[in-house]
Amino acid sequence: MEQSVEKLLRTKHLAHIWCPGCGNGTVLAATVRAIEHLGLDQDKTVIVSGIGCSSRASGYMNFDTLHTAHGRALTFATGIKLARPELTVIVLTGDGDATAIGGNHFIHAARRNIDLTTIVFNNGIYGMTGGQYSPLTPTGSYASTAPYGHIERPFDIAKLAIAAGATYVARGSAYHTKMLADVIIKGIEHTGFSVIDAVTQCPTSFGRKNKMGAPAAMLEWQRDNAVTVEAAAKLTPEQLAGKFIIGELHRSEAPEYVAEYDKVIARAQKGAKK
Amino acid sequence: MALEIKKEWCKGCGICVHFCPKKVLVLDELGKIFTRDIDKCVECGLCELRCPDFCFTLRKGKGEKVS
Amino acid sequence: MSRVVLMQGNQACAEAALAAGVRFFAGYPITPSTEVAEIFAARLPRLGGKFIQMEDEIAGMGAVCGASLAGVKALTATSGPGFSLKQELIGYAAMAEIPVVVVNVQRLGPSTGKPTAPAQGDVMQARWGTHGDRAAIALSPTSVRETYDVTVHAINFSEKFRLPVIILLDEIIGHMREKIALPDPSTLRIIERKKPAVPSGEYLAYKPDDDGVAPLAAFGDGYHYHVTGLVHDETGFPAGSASITADLITRLHTKVYNAKSEITLFDEYFMEDAETAVVAYGGTFRSAMAAVKEARAKGNKVGLIKLITIWPFADEVVARAAAKVGTMIVPELNYGQLVGEVHRAANGRAHIVSLPKVDGGVFTPQEILSVLDKEVG
Ligand SMILES: Cc1ncc(C[n+]2csc(CCOP(=O)(O)OP(=O)(O)O)c2C)c(N)n1
Repeated sequence: MEQSVEKLLRTKHLAHIWCPGCGNGTVLAATVRAIEHLGLDQDKTVIVSGIGCSSRASGYMNFDTLHTAHGRALTFATGIKLARPELTVIVLTGDGDATAIGGNHFIHAARRNIDLTTIVFNNGIYGMTGGQYSPLTPTGSYASTAPYGHIERPFDIAKLAIAAGATYVARGSAYHTKMLADVIIKGIEHTGFSVIDAVTQCPTSFGRKNKMGAPAAMLEWQRDNAVTVEAAAKLTPEQLAGKFIIGELHRSEAPEYVAEYDKVIARAQKGAKK
Repeated sequence: MALEIKKEWCKGCGICVHFCPKKVLVLDELGKIFTRDIDKCVECGLCELRCPDFCFTLRKGKGEKVS
Repeated sequence: MSRVVLMQGNQACAEAALAAGVRFFAGYPITPSTEVAEIFAARLPRLGGKFIQMEDEIAGMGAVCGASLAGVKALTATSGPGFSLKQELIGYAAMAEIPVVVVNVQRLGPSTGKPTAPAQGDVMQARWGTHGDRAAIALSPTSVRETYDVTVHAINFSEKFRLPVIILLDEIIGHMREKIALPDPSTLRIIERKKPAVPSGEYLAYKPDDDGVAPLAAFGDGYHYHVTGLVHDETGFPAGSASITADLITRLHTKVYNAKSEITLFDEYFMEDAETAVVAYGGTFRSAMAAVKEARAKGNKVGLIKLITIWPFADEVVARAAAKVGTMIVPELNYGQLVGEVHRAANGRAHIVSLPKVDGGVFTPQEILSVLDKEVG
């Protein structure tokens, strides 16, 4: 790894727990590169994660790190950010963690537009528990709990986040790792609720069941099925079927929660003095 | 140039082998990575970029070629 | 300076929390606890503190845990259905040793039950509601004034022992208005969590001192430590050996039990010559006191034990009394929960009578007195 990022990792805890070829390490690397690029103060950056394979990423990062409960990372992160607004709070979560058990917290954090950056390690499956379908599992895929093919329609995390009020939304992939780091940088820089949908591969629990081939082949699948925002603008919905769009998908300005609460404090204190 | 490899972190996933444009990298019989023909390395850095296990450190243009 | 005011139990709880330094509240509205949230919503910003109404009780619990790790004293308040939701992260706070206070203004359940009916049905839930094994601290006040003191104790215990402390109010105490003298906040004994005395590289967030409790750094103070709900060693990182597991789970108990005499808050009335005793807690204590006084007026040697600390259970107090009296009567607004603990502690030394009440009303003194008369007579 780059020496510059080495100090941001707890290298003595490596090798990490993830399976051979799992993309979580790549998303973690992109996250750490983004933090390094931004020169974030290690003492003032907090990493919060939920439960799942991906959420173990927090333990490898050399910051104040909080590995919470399944789906609940955003609730803890909200408490930290509101209690100590000077901290940069980054949330690492899985697609199931963020949109199934944690779906309610996800949309409400977005609605509040609280200044958190949420990176969803989106492998389209429940990795940790051995390959049950998640809200991101594509229709027709196989999972240990969908042995006859999955009948539900998946969420589009980006659309969900935008509809709920997130003010920076982007998608990257483990294959497009430089772009992924780039959108993470922008997400952290953005003041408000930022969501990075990081498409990543789970060779063990998704790849095998769905005959996706070796980890490298899964990365090539990402390469071949990703369409940049710019290219997508020129394609029809039919041409985009089965593809996923990467790049910056949404950016808007809206009042940020902690800043708004500061105004509440100002109003309350003015009222109290009267 | 030096390519340092942390073999103890390697899980043998084969991603670096697949993406190495010069086929410098191979897995040994234990399924761990090593460099076969480091002179062919063009310092593209893809292994460092793509390895999910942080195994590679590429120092461009200085020191010995090591593996 | 102390002030004489008319206030509700819920309000006394909030006032005490503010006086004890709570500067963060996150929760979700639910009768009969909502006043606590409303008071914090109004008062916290004036003190520069933070209030947030979350999307559910789980979220409220997560947010207070986060705020506490960020170094701010935090409290949440709820009632039955919300207390059920909070159990998941009460367990997290226990495992990760995060100081927080959870107020549960009990109402009749199960489920939505009877939202405005007083009850004491969550006594066992406060002990065992979250999965797994750990010692719990739960306190239950019997008056508005006592709610103030109990809240300060709860916050102090949470800080000192690094765990979630539960305040079991009930609809009676929470909504009752009493004229009380509020203490001068500057006279309160406030305990702050231990901070690390070592440089960041040497800090181990889960290496206990002799009291079984490790100092707790705040996020943002440069210690770069890790917190997890997984079994972990003294570094805070996941570790699963049998001895590490046993040490951790044991310590989650012993750090409380070793300080039991300090944590056990109780009172005894007319116990010197008592032949029969009533054991009561929460709002029920008030009816019991009236009944016991009437029994005394009739010349019956009846005493009363008030349990403020519900968990850990006051075994020694009950055992001592059981050795003296013939009968112990345990009135509760449930089908008989704490009476099981009384049985266990008395261990056959006294005859134990359970007096359950599950109609959604409060005990009249007469209801307790008639049982007393029967047992005495
Ligand atoms: C309350 C609760 N329910 C279920 C689980 C079991 N569980 C752990 S991780 C997980 C799903 C993980 O999937 P995802 O969030 O997509 O992350 P991944 O492991 O794929 O990275 C489940 C169901 C749990 N830990 N807690």
